[in-house]
Parts: sequence; structure tokens; C-alpha cells
Amino acid sequence: MTGVEGAPPREQPYGDGPLLLGVRHHGPGSARAVRAALEAARPQAVLIEGPPEADALIPLAADEDMRPPVALLAHAVDEPGRSAFWPLAEFSPEWVTIRWALEHQIPARFIDLPATHTLAWSKEEEPAEPAKPTEPAEPVEPEEPTGTVEPGESVRVDPLAALAEAAGYDDPERWWEDVVEHRGTGGDPFAPFAVLGEAMGTLRETYGTGGHDRDLVREAYMRLQVRAAQKEFGDDIAVVCGAWHVPALREKRTVAADRALLKGLPKVKADMTWVPWTHRRLSRVSGYGAGIDSPGWYGHLFGARDRPVERWMTKVAGLLREEDRIVSSAHVIEAVRLAETLAAMRGRPLPGLTETTDAVRAVMCEGSDVPLDLVHDRLVVGDVLGEVPAAAPAVPLQRDLARIQRKLRLKPEALERELELDLRKENDAGRSLLLHRLRLLRIEWGEPAASRGSTGTFRETWRLRWEPELSVRVAEAGVWGTTVLSAATAKAEADAVAAQSLADVTGLAEGCLLAELPDALPVVMRVLADRAALDADVGHLAQALPALVRSLRYGDVRATDTHALAEVAAGLAERVFVGLPPACAALDTEAAEEMRRHVDAVHGTVGLLGEAASETHGDLRARWHSVLHILSARDTVPGVIRGRAVRLLLDDGELAHDEAARLMALVLSPGTEPADAAAWIEGFVGGGAGGGMLLVHDERLLGLVDAWLTGVPQEAFTDVLPLLRRTFSAYEPGVRRTLGELVRRGPGARTSTAAVGSGIPGFAPELETERADAVLPVLRLLLGLDEGEAGEGGAGEGVVSGGAGITKGVNDLAGVGR
Amino acid sequence: MPVSVDPTSVDERRNPSAPANAHATPGARTSGHTPAEQTGDEVMRPHAEDAFAAELAALAEQDDRPRPTRWKLSPWAVATYLLGGTLPDGTVITPKYVGPRRIVEVAVTTLATDRALLLLGVPGTAKTWVSEHLAAAVSGDSTLLVQGTAGTPEEAIRYGWNYAQLLAHGPSRDALVPSPVMRAMAEGMTARVEELTRIPADVQDTLITILSEKTLPIPELGQEVQAVRGFNLIATANDRDRGVNDLSSALRRRFNTVVLPLPESADAEVDIVSRRVDQLGRSLDLPSAPDGIDEIRRVVTVFRELRDGLTTDGRTKLKSPSGTLSTAEAISVVTNGLALAAHFGDGVLRASDVAAGILGAVVRDPTADRVIWQEYLEAVVRERDGWTDFYRACREVSA
Repeated sequence: MTGVEGAPPREQPYGDGPLLLGVRHHGPGSARAVRAALEAARPQAVLIEGPPEADALIPLAADEDMRPPVALLAHAVDEPGRSAFWPLAEFSPEWVTIRWALEHQIPARFIDLPATHTLAWSKEEEPAEPAKPTEPAEPVEPEEPTGTVEPGESVRVDPLAALAEAAGYDDPERWWEDVVEHRGTGGDPFAPFAVLGEAMGTLRETYGTGGHDRDLVREAYMRLQVRAAQKEFGDDIAVVCGAWHVPALREKRTVAADRALLKGLPKVKADMTWVPWTHRRLSRVSGYGAGIDSPGWYGHLFGARDRPVERWMTKVAGLLREEDRIVSSAHVIEAVRLAETLAAMRGRPLPGLTETTDAVRAVMCEGSDVPLDLVHDRLVVGDVLGEVPAAAPAVPLQRDLARIQRKLRLKPEALERELELDLRKENDAGRSLLLHRLRLLRIEWGEPAASRGSTGTFRETWRLRWEPELSVRVAEAGVWGTTVLSAATAKAEADAVAAQSLADVTGLAEGCLLAELPDALPVVMRVLADRAALDADVGHLAQALPALVRSLRYGDVRATDTHALAEVAAGLAERVFVGLPPACAALDTEAAEEMRRHVDAVHGTVGLLGEAASETHGDLRARWHSVLHILSARDTVPGVIRGRAVRLLLDDGELAHDEAARLMALVLSPGTEPADAAAWIEGFVGGGAGGGMLLVHDERLLGLVDAWLTGVPQEAFTDVLPLLRRTFSAYEPGVRRTLGELVRRGPGARTSTAAVGSGIPGFAPELETERADAVLPVLRLLLGLDEGEAGEGGAGEGVVSGGAGITKGVNDLAGVGR
Repeated sequence: MPVSVDPTSVDERRNPSAPANAHATPGARTSGHTPAEQTGDEVMRPHAEDAFAAELAALAEQDDRPRPTRWKLSPWAVATYLLGGTLPDGTVITPKYVGPRRIVEVAVTTLATDRALLLLGVPGTAKTWVSEHLAAAVSGDSTLLVQGTAGTPEEAIRYGWNYAQLLAHGPSRDALVPSPVMRAMAEGMTARVEELTRIPADVQDTLITILSEKTLPIPELGQEVQAVRGFNLIATANDRDRGVNDLSSALRRRFNTVVLPLPESADAEVDIVSRRVDQLGRSLDLPSAPDGIDEIRRVVTVFRELRDGLTTDGRTKLKSPSGTLSTAEAISVVTNGLALAAHFGDGVLRASDVAAGILGAVVRDPTADRVIWQEYLEAVVRERDGWTDFYRACREVSA
């Protein structure tokens, strides 16, 4: 094609020695240039920057089932969490080189420092850089100067930025695209490499290694490899490497000097395999970024035969049409015109991604960013998923799983069986964690079942069954990480971000605690806080709150840090406080009943939260009380909720006794709608089948109702009677009888009418400390309190929660002997 | 470019002294080409091409890039005029639009490719401002304006008749009263249509032929006006009111759409607000309040956070109220607060002076927005260091 015919009297662009093709990783222009240069030079062998352990895997690249994007994965054999990736896309120069070599049956070799050493390097770094275990180590893009600077290595110089600045560009990516990627390869196929090599040479003279100190070692290794290949094949070889390395490879160094640099490098036993990759992961937005934010666009540039802009616009139009947006050919024409004029106006040789995006936005998307996001997601980044042939070695996740299974003595069996776990035992706790983690990964080997007998929190029952397709799931889950822990963490994070409802996220938070994924928790919490902030339905918030507070207590049991959790729960509670009063207005009976349950649930959790309340959220309890006051006093709030609010306030001692009596009289006076009044009573004493029990046990309450009832004038009594019947007839017969007996005996009722204010009915005016002390040991045992707190708690404050049976029990004990 | 009608015959109508026109619209529009006493200090707000005549002249003089037919400046110079810059001879061009360069580039390029331009945005994002300056820079005349209302008739976009002439002499070109759009077509100028989505749909439709065929038939006379090179149209529309008279897809297709965003950073917005407040305060003879910048910053922060649904530290999400909370509203809150501080306070802009204004701007829907506002107060404002006075003031007016 390029006029080099027959035996290649190859013109050498610079000096003797191997043909050095400096590229930008994942650059479509580079890839095309490399292909042209290889076609022209026809070398006897190609050397590629990459881990030499993968040499054996190269033939797999020719497999029919192999589809880029894929990545070479290196991981330490005895520590699958330690891994590194070398992603390759269809438009990566390295991939093009491999394919070219395979097509022409020429040996291809990787010449970078072996993964054995690079993995060991990342091990050394670990204390300083406690990054995620799945984070790509050094080799992903170490010399790629496009902004993927790892944290803590800010000293590195970005050589492209320096060049771009010299050329007057503010964005190095754009400069590279204008100068290299968008240029055709017409003319001399070697020229671009020569020019680039010179530029890089100048840069390296100025900046040295630019902070990439390890490059020296890697380059020493590469030089040795190149030399070895020269011995074997002569000078007729091509080297494809990052442009940054070209000057170093051309440098003349002695073998001894290079060997010296390589001496004493740390080592770990490493294993390599191909894993499928996705365009999304190539892009910068996701964690394993290869440093390019538009793999789809690059793929298009590489794949398009001609007229890339026209083809791209047609693709965009096709996508938008699929999504039912009206995009005509006229739109496409105008978009192309606009993109080209924009490029001219900005002085670029060809419309780049920026111009095409601007044009698509203005012409096809009517200025809106919403369809544009779709274009970005589906086309600019793209949904391409790579495939790897079955012959590729196993993924590390499988090995990690097998290792854990061996360690925990938990064999995968096809037969269904039940497994009882006692979480106090170390091995069982480990099994529980594994099963919970696998569930998060959708590998449903075990299914939690209801425990028989014991209901203690330390006991778990699982139903186990290993289906053959679970192996496939494990392989699929391999994309999430290399160990069960890291994969589950990554999956939980991704799930949290994608979760639809607030309840899903709280469920996930609980799951994270059960599966002990502390690293995933912050992300889940952040999503939870965001969702809670945007959810306008108080019902949803109130529903989410108890689960969250429950998780808070799990966290306590398992000694994980739940500070963040408490913070989120407190924030959630505050939102409920603000939203509750307006949400309680104008509800029908059913909705009111549901809202009453929410009020109860929130009341219970506020009690628990109050103890864990963080300094930033102040006194939640006091604020909750003021909310209850608002609820109890607002006429638009349904009776059942108002009654409930009064009752909760009364229980907490926030409402004076006679004030409660006044409110009750107010509600039950003739001016109130009968149904509303009945609902109020129901809310106040607790309606429904189980409601009467409290009235039986709480004489104070009974006294209040009794006092009001006996105070009702005779003529009004007949009006009130149906309301009371409505509530009391719903009680069970036994409860009704007991109530009647209590009223007949009526010590509480009489004392209260006789001396309102001197004491609460059912209680003596003074504490009988002697008798109260008698129950303390039992209380202490039940609540697990230490000495000091127990003394206070025993005073019968009744604040643990609205219906805490224990304190009520004390009341009862104290009253029985009277 | 062949023109079926002699443009000069239409041009006569442009002369305000022409009797036909004067009768049809007595005392109507007096453009930027009117006698000098109108453009001086008497005019509340001079046209862009008059106010920035010196800058435009300097740009035209030093502009050596190719200009599209009948453009007063090259596209690059138009972009510089809007975005500001310094010319080779040292003339400083003030920025007319503070915002992403991309937007101005796309807008200018659209006009250069003779596509019509539609500027969309919530109220208060300088749509009209940008369209006026674009027209002034491209055609040197920003007065070919159709003000869109629910009552805009077809005549405002096509042409009307001088009925005295029509009755006396029958239909002729002399009896025709051209619309700004028609004049722009005949002269190759930039026409502007304000509030396009407020114009009734059947009237909007008349634009379709004008934009696609670039011709305006006059069936009564059996004639037509063909647009000459340089004609273009800039329309503005408010995207909050979408659906009032939503554009048909046929019409939409003829526009390139540019959405003018709200200011990108808090600093930029504070800058815009304080600059405008300063200008407004001067023109309304309000006493200037010193030390108000902190309060302005707070107002802008509150507006931005509620608008974006995210606190500035990016850690807490928020619900957004139904109001637009544009920069223009922030400006009015601060101006209002200044007036309060000057007349009823101690002359220094304080939290209590802006609190009521903020409440009014945020709470548009009495139930939903109030909850959002209180949630914001409790969850964000209360915990913020140094915002206690602001929190108290807001609580006071919200209670």
C-alpha cells in the first residue's frame, strides 16, 4: 500500500537498530499508524510493552471467541486480591500489533518488566497506599500521561501537557488528538513516530523521568529484552511501546548497567489470564480507568473507513431514533455542518468529540443534556463487552472461593441441606460471612431460613444447594473483583448506586453489615443519605428508619464502626420531623392508621437513637417531642394520630397529667365529630384487638379515662357512650372483664379524682425504694447495664420506648401489693 | 442572490418619516437610528449597538478574518465581542456574557451556517441580553424585534396593511406594512423574536416557511420577498414554561438550540450579582451598603444549593423547590435587602434584611416548598459555622 514492494530495503527513520514505534496507549490514530508502519516495514518479530508472563497467552488473541475489549490480568497466586490489569481495546496499538503478528505468523513478545516484580512492588507500597486491592497496580497506564496520576504521585510531570502547552493548547488530550489521532497516515508511515520520538526525547532531557522513577528499571528490562531479540532476529524487529519510553530504548547503555538496575527486585509468584473488559471500564469515570474518557468515539474513529463525522452523526441519529426521538436526515446534515463550522471556528483540522457533541446538543437534542447523556453513555463510552475464550485460565475469584471453601470446610454440594450456624464460633461466623457475601454477589448458594427453636441473634440457619449454573455466576462475578471480599464490596457499591428505592438501600446497608463489608459501607451510606434527602414521602423515610436503627444495633454487636450510620439515621429522623406534620394532614382512615404506625416506629427509634445521637444533631428527643406537641394540637391531623401523640407525650412525662385530661375532654366534647373522637381514644389507649392490655396494666391511664368519664355530665353521657363502645368493644372479652374488675375495685381511679396532681394514679406519692431495688438485679441482667446506669433506669422513667414491657412490669409489681 | 423585489422599495418603509408607516403605527418604535437626543442619558437603556458602539467599531477595524455576506464582523470577532478580550491595539472589549465559551461559539457558528438560533433557558439567564448583543454584533442593528405575547398576530411576523392606503389605492407595495422579519429578510439582517413559546401556535407556523424556504410570499400582490444572504433569526424562549405554546417539531427542527445555563461557580454568580446590584442600586438612587458582600455570598449560596439540590461541599443532597431561583432573582433579593437595610435598618446589609426576600423566592408552593425550605434550614443552615444569625432570621420569618 505504501509503495514498499518486494524485499524490504527498509528506510530507517532514525539510526540503526530496531524500529521503535512510540504510541499513545488506546489511541486510534496511533493504532492506525502502527498498522501502517508494520505493513511497510514487515519486521521479523514484534516486541510489545506488556508483562512477559503473558507470552503464552498471545495465541489466544487469535481465538474466534476472543473479542476486545479484554485485559491481561496478573495476580499473585497465593493472594488473588493483589492484581494488575493491562486493558486492550480493539483500537489499542498493542492489540493491533498482536493481531498483525498473529496474522503474519510472526513471533510477538511482551518485553515490560515481569508482573512478578510489579505485583511485588505494589505489595511494598501497600502501607503507604491503602488503596482498594482491586485497584490496578503500576502497569495499567504508568507512563500514560493523560491525567491518570495515582494519588500521592503528584510530582509526576505530564509530558503531553508540556507539549500541548508549548503548542498553545489548554487541553493536552485535544492537542494529541489534533496532532496525532486525527491525522491521516498518508505519506511516510514512519514520519509521525520519528517526530514524536524527537519530541519525547526533548521532554525527557528536560524532565528526566518526570517522577516515574520505576520507569528506569522497566526501561532497563525492556532494553535487555530488545537486545536479546536482536540477537535472535537481527535488527529487523519492531517495538511497540509508550511514546514516553522511546528515547530510553534508543539510548545506548551497557548490559551490565541494565542488569545492575534489575538486581534484587522483589518477587511474588504471579499468574496471568485474559479477562473480559468493557468500554465503561476503559473510560476514566470508573475505577479501573485506562485514561480515556471516550472509548466508543475512539472505536468509531478506528473502525470508520472514511467520513468519520458523517458516520458518527448517523450513528447518533440512529440511537436517538431508537429512543423515540424525532431525528431526521435533515438534522444529521445540519449537525455535520455545524460540527465542521465549529471546528473551523476553533481552528481544528477536523471536528473532534467536543465539536460533534456541541453540534449534536444544539441540533438533535434541542439543547438538552438529557438525550446527550444517553449519547455519551451508549456511544461515546459505549456498552461494548469483551469476550474471552473458554480456554483462558480460570479467574482468580474462583480460586479465592475454592480456597475459602476449603478453609471453612464448606463443600459445594448439589444436594439441598440445612446448616445451623452459631455465630459465636469463629468458623461458623466465617461461613456466615461467606454466604452473605455470595448473596450480595447474586451467587445464591445459601438461602437464609427461619431458625428453628432459638431466636437468638447469634444463630443463623441457611439452606444450602450448589447448582451447576452457580459456577457460571462465579465466573461472571469475576468482573467485580479478584477475591470474594473485594468483589462483594464492589458489587454492593454498584448496587447501592443503581438502587431504585430507599428501602433497597437500607436493605443493602443491612447486608453490608451482615457480610462485614466496611469498605462498601461509606458508599452505601452516602447513597442512603442522598436518597433520603430526595424522598418526599415521609412514609418511606419512616419505614427506612427502623431498619437503619436495627442495623445500628447489629453494628454494635459486630463491633463495626457505625458512626456514619448513626449520622445518617439522625439525619433521616430530622427529615421525618420536618415532614411529618404536613404529611399528617387530610388523611383517610386507612392512611391515618398507617401513619400512626409510622409515628410509633419513629418514636421507638428516636428513643434508641437518642443514646447514639451525635453532637451535630443535638437533642433529637426534645425535637421529636415538639413535633408530637404540634401533632397533638393540630385539628387537621386525624384523631388517631393526635391521640397517639398525646399518649406518647404523656408516657415520656412531657405532658402534664391534667393537660392530657383537658385534651381528652376537648376531643370527647360534643363539638367533635364522633368518628374523630373515637379514633382519638383509639390512638390514645391503643385500639384494636391487642390494645386493651395497656389499659389493664397502666392504672394511671385507666385513671385518666375513668376520671374523664365520671366527669361527663349525665345528658352528654349518652352521646359519648357510642364512641366508647366503638373502641372498647374491639377488645378481647378477657381484657374487657379485667378492665371492668379494675374499675370496680378502682383504687387508682378514686385516689386520682380525690387528689389530682398530688401523684399519678396507680402510684404512691413517694418512691418505695426498698421494693424497687429488689427488681434491680433482674433488670440489670436483662438490659445488660452497668451499675450506675441501672440505678437511674430503675426509677421507672419509661423512656426506653413507648411500649417497653420491662418498665411497665416494674409498675405492675409495685402496684400489686397495694 | 436574486431578489424578486427591489430591496430599496422595502427600505423606504424603514424610514420612520414615510407617511404610510407613520400612519400605521403612530408613535411606534423609534429605533437606534433615531435622533441623538433619544440615545443620550434620557433613554433608560440604550441599544447594545449604541452603548458599545466604540467596541464594535474597534473590532470591525481590526478584524481581518473572513466575514460572511452582510456581516459587520467575522464570527471570531463576534465571539470576542460577547466574551470579551483585548484587541491587538490594546482596546479592551468588555465581556457581555459571563459563561461557557462553548455556548457563544455554538451560537455564533449557528448564525454563520445560516441556521436559525433558539436560545433557551430559565428566566434570568440573559437570553434576551445575548440575542440583542448577537444581533448588534452581526448586523449592527438589534432593533428588528418581534415581542412575542399570547396576542402576537400573524402580521407581526409577516406583514400588515395600511388600511387608509389600501382603501384609497387598492393593494400595492405602498399599502404594505412590513414586519421586522420581512425587513430583515429583504436587507439580510438579523431578526429577533422574543418569547417564541408565548406566541400562539398558528402564528408560530408562519415562521416555518420563512426559515426553510427563506421566502415570504405576498399572495395579495402575487409577489414574494426572498431573503438575501445575511438574513437570520434569533428566537428566545423560556424552557420553564414549556407547553404554553410548545414549538411544533417542524419548527423546532429549523432551529439550532442553545440552552443558556445558570452560572457555573458560586464565585462567578456572586460576581454577577454584586455587579448588577451595584449598577441597579446606582440607577435607582439607593444608598450603597458597605460590607454586603458576605450577605450576597450567602444569598447566592442558598440559591445555588437549593437549585442544584446539592450542598456546596457536595456531601448532602437536597430537594429543589418549585421556583427557578435564577441569578436574576438573587439580584432582586439583594436589591430588596439593600433597600430594607438603607431605609429601615442600620444601613448595613444583614441576614434579617434578606431573609424575607429569600423566603419569598424559595417558597412558591405554600406546602411543598415550605417543607423543603424548613428541611434545608434544619439540615444544612443550622449546622453551618457562622450562619447562626442567618438561621435565626430565617426561622423568624418562616415561623
